[in-house]
Amino acid sequence: MSGMDVKELRIIGFLCNWCSYGGADSAGVARYKQPTDMRIIRLPCTGRMDPLFVLKALLGGADGVLVSGCHPFDCHYTSGNFYARRRLQVLKSYLPVLGIHEDRFEYTWVSASEAAKWQSVVTAFTDRIHELGPAPRLLELEDMPLRFKEGMDIWPS
Amino acid sequence: MKIGVFVCLCGSNIAATVDTERVAEIARSYPDVVFSKAEMYACSEPGQEAIREAIVEKGLEGVVVASCSPRMHETTFRRAVERAGVNRYMFEMANIREHVSWVSLDREVNTRKAAELVRAAVEKLRLNRHLTPSKFEINKRVMVIGGGVAGIQAALDMADGGLKVVMVEREPSVGGKMAKLDKTFPTVDCSACILGPKMVDLAQHPNITLHAFSEIEDVAGYVGNFAVTVRRKTPYVDWERCTGCGLCMEKCPSRKSPDVFNEGLKPTTSINIPFPQAIPKKATINPDTCIMLTKGKCGSCAKICPTGAVDFEKQDELVTEEVGAIIAATGYDVFDHAKYEEYGGGRIPDVITSMQYERMLNASGPTSGHVKRPSDGKEPKKVVFVQCVGSRDPSKGRPYCSGFCCMYTAKQAILTKDHIPDAEVYTFYIDVRAPSKMYEEFYNRARDEYGVRYLRGRPSRIYQDGDKVVVRSVDTLLQAQVEVEADLVVLAVGGEHSRGASELAEKLRISADQNGFFMESHPKLRPVETNTAGVFLAGACQGLKDIPTAVAQGTAAAAKALVLLSRDMLEADPQVARVNQSRCIGCAKCVGVCPFQAIRMGKDRWGNPKAEVVETMCQGCGVCNVACMDKAIQLDHFTDDQILAEVNALCREWT
Repeated sequence: MSGMDVKELRIIGFLCNWCSYGGADSAGVARYKQPTDMRIIRLPCTGRMDPLFVLKALLGGADGVLVSGCHPFDCHYTSGNFYARRRLQVLKSYLPVLGIHEDRFEYTWVSASEAAKWQSVVTAFTDRIHELGPAPRLLELEDMPLRFKEGMDIWPS
Repeated sequence: MKIGVFVCLCGSNIAATVDTERVAEIARSYPDVVFSKAEMYACSEPGQEAIREAIVEKGLEGVVVASCSPRMHETTFRRAVERAGVNRYMFEMANIREHVSWVSLDREVNTRKAAELVRAAVEKLRLNRHLTPSKFEINKRVMVIGGGVAGIQAALDMADGGLKVVMVEREPSVGGKMAKLDKTFPTVDCSACILGPKMVDLAQHPNITLHAFSEIEDVAGYVGNFAVTVRRKTPYVDWERCTGCGLCMEKCPSRKSPDVFNEGLKPTTSINIPFPQAIPKKATINPDTCIMLTKGKCGSCAKICPTGAVDFEKQDELVTEEVGAIIAATGYDVFDHAKYEEYGGGRIPDVITSMQYERMLNASGPTSGHVKRPSDGKEPKKVVFVQCVGSRDPSKGRPYCSGFCCMYTAKQAILTKDHIPDAEVYTFYIDVRAPSKMYEEFYNRARDEYGVRYLRGRPSRIYQDGDKVVVRSVDTLLQAQVEVEADLVVLAVGGEHSRGASELAEKLRISADQNGFFMESHPKLRPVETNTAGVFLAGACQGLKDIPTAVAQGTAAAAKALVLLSRDMLEADPQVARVNQSRCIGCAKCVGVCPFQAIRMGKDRWGNPKAEVVETMCQGCGVCNVACMDKAIQLDHFTDDQILAEVNALCREWT
C-alpha cells in the first residue's frame, strides 16, 4: 500500500449513508487497514451528489474525489444511484476540458456488507492519486465562496 | 453560535491510535467553538451527562461529538442534546473510530485526520438550523410476505395483538418448508402435527386475510402508509366455490405434472391440491401440463366438479392492500445439487437430496413412508449421508454454513434406523455443528444409541457401479482413502436465498448481503429490522435458521410491528426537501425526478406554478436538490451550503 508510506494527499470521499458509508464502517469494524488520505463526507444518497461538489473539491485543493453508493437496483431510494451514474459519467468526460485529469475522479458501488471491497477500492484509488501526484491548485480557497451563500438565505434565521 | 466539541476515547478503541486530548485542543481553535473536552465514553450515562452540563453551563447552541459512526449513535446523542434543551438537529458527529482509529495505527496521522473531520463537522453545524418533525397518521394493518412457519407465527402474534394482518403466499398453500418435513429435530416430533394447528388458526383467525398463490407486484408509500399491489395468480379455479373435495384430481387424465410438494419424486395430476392438510385447501391447475389449456380439449375436471368451480378463462387479478408495516418472511430455497458434477450432478437415480428423503420418510409422502430406492423400489440396506452439499464451499459460491444440515442429517439417520433396523448408516461430515439446546445430545444419540457411523471427510466422487452407488472419500482422521458401496446416497443439501429475493428486496427498498439474504439493520442489536422504516424480517430470508429460531424471529418481528403500530401518529423525519418559492421558476424538473411522488405543482398567490413538497412523503434523498437548476429546492440538513462547508473544511491546507 504505497499510500501509507508517503506524505498524505487530499482525497475526499462522498458516500451514501445506506451502502458505502456502512461498507466503510464495516471495514473499520473488521480492522481492515487502509491508506489514511481519504476524508469521508456522508450523503443521504448518491442521488444527492451534485457534480459541482466534485468540481469545488478539485478546484479547491483536493487531489482526488471518490463517490460511492449502492449497487444499481439496490438503492434505498429506488433510483438515486441511477441519477448519480448519469450525472457523474457526464462529469467525468468533461473533467479534461476543465484541465483536470479524469483519473482524479471516480465513482463506485460498494454495499454495506462489502468491507473487503471498500478496503480495496480505497487502496486502489489512493494508489492511483499518489501516482498522479498532487493536483495543481486552480483556485485559492479564499476565493471560493460557498455556492449560494449570498442572497441564498432561503430561511432567514 | 456557541459550539461544544466532545472527543470520545471509546476506552482504548479510539484513544489507542488517536491523541484525543490533542484533537480536543485543536478543536478549540475552530470558529464558534467555545468549549471542547475529551470524554472516556461519550455515549455512556456520565458522558451524556457531561454533554448536558456543558450545554447548560456554557450556553451551547450546537454540539459536535467525535466518536463512532453516526449509524451507531447519532440517535443517542440527538436525544441527549434535546434533553438539555437544544434542538436535536443542532448536532453533528465526526466518525473517528470506524473511519480513523480502526483503519490505521499511525497515531500522528490519525490525530490530524480526526481533527480535520471534527473541523468539517463544526463547519457544517454552523449552517444547521432547527428542525421540528411533523406528525402523520398510520394505518394499523400489517402485511406478512411468506407463509412459512416464521410468517405464520408473526401473523398469529400480530392478529392476537389486535392488528389486521394480510398474508401473501407465493405457493397455493401456506406451510413453507416445514410442511414438507416428516419429523423435526431434536425431539423427533411430527412436523405436520405441530404446524397443522397453526395453519388452521391462521385460516380461521378473524383478523387475518390470506392471499395464497399470490405475489408482490409493487410496493409504494412509506412507513405507516404502504400501498402494496398483490398479483393473485390465476389457479383456473374459482376458489370461492372450490370445496377441496378432490374429485377433480381423481378424474384428471394428465398425470405428468411435476409434484413440487413431493420434490419431484412422483408426478402428479394437472389439477391438484398440493397436500391433504393444505391451507387453503383449494385446487390449482398447472397451465403447462393441463390438456385443456395446452390443446383445448378435455375439461374432465370442469365436468366432474360438483360446484362448477373450474374456470379455464380465469385471469390474474391485481389487488391493492394498504398497510402500515410489512414483514418479509420469504424463507429460503434448497440448494440445487446439480452443481456438484462430482456427485453425479443429479443424474444418478439413487443419489437424492435430504428434502426428497424427508418426503419419502413421510407417511403422506409419495412412498407412504417406506424407504425405497428410486431406481428399483427396493429397500436400501446401506444408506450414506453426505453433509455440506452447498454449504461451506466457496467453489460453489456457498461459503457459509447452512446451520441446520448437521442436525437434520442426524435426525434422518436415526429415522433410517427406525424404518430399517438392520440398515448400515454412514455420514460423511467436515465438522458436526450442534450448538443449540439438546442438539449435541441428539447427535451423540445418533452415534452411540443408533450406531450411525460418522466419517470425517468431504467425498471427492460419487458414481454408479452396477446397482450400487460408490462414495469415495478420504477419512481425514485415519488419513486413508475410503470407499463405501451404498444402496442409497442422501445429499444433505444446504440452503440458499429464495428465488426472487433480490426482486422483492428492490420493491421493498431493503438490501441483501453478499449471499443474497436480506440485511438486518444491525446484526446484534436490530436483528429483525431493516434500514427501511416499517419493513421487518422474519425467518430464513434474513439468514438460514432452524425452526425454533425462525419462530422466535417471527415473534420478534411481530413485536416490533406491534410497537410501531401501537402509536396513532408517527413523527416524520424533518430532513426533507424545502422549496424557496421566490426562486422556483415552476419548471417541474423536481416533480419528474422524485422517486416518491412527494413533489407536486402548486400555485403562488399570483397564480404562477410553484413546486410544493409533501413533507410526509419526502424521504430525503435529495435527487430534486441536484435536479433544480435554480437551487430553489434544498434538502434540509444536507443543503448545498452545508455540504460545501464540509468540502471547504477538508480542502484546507494543513501543516
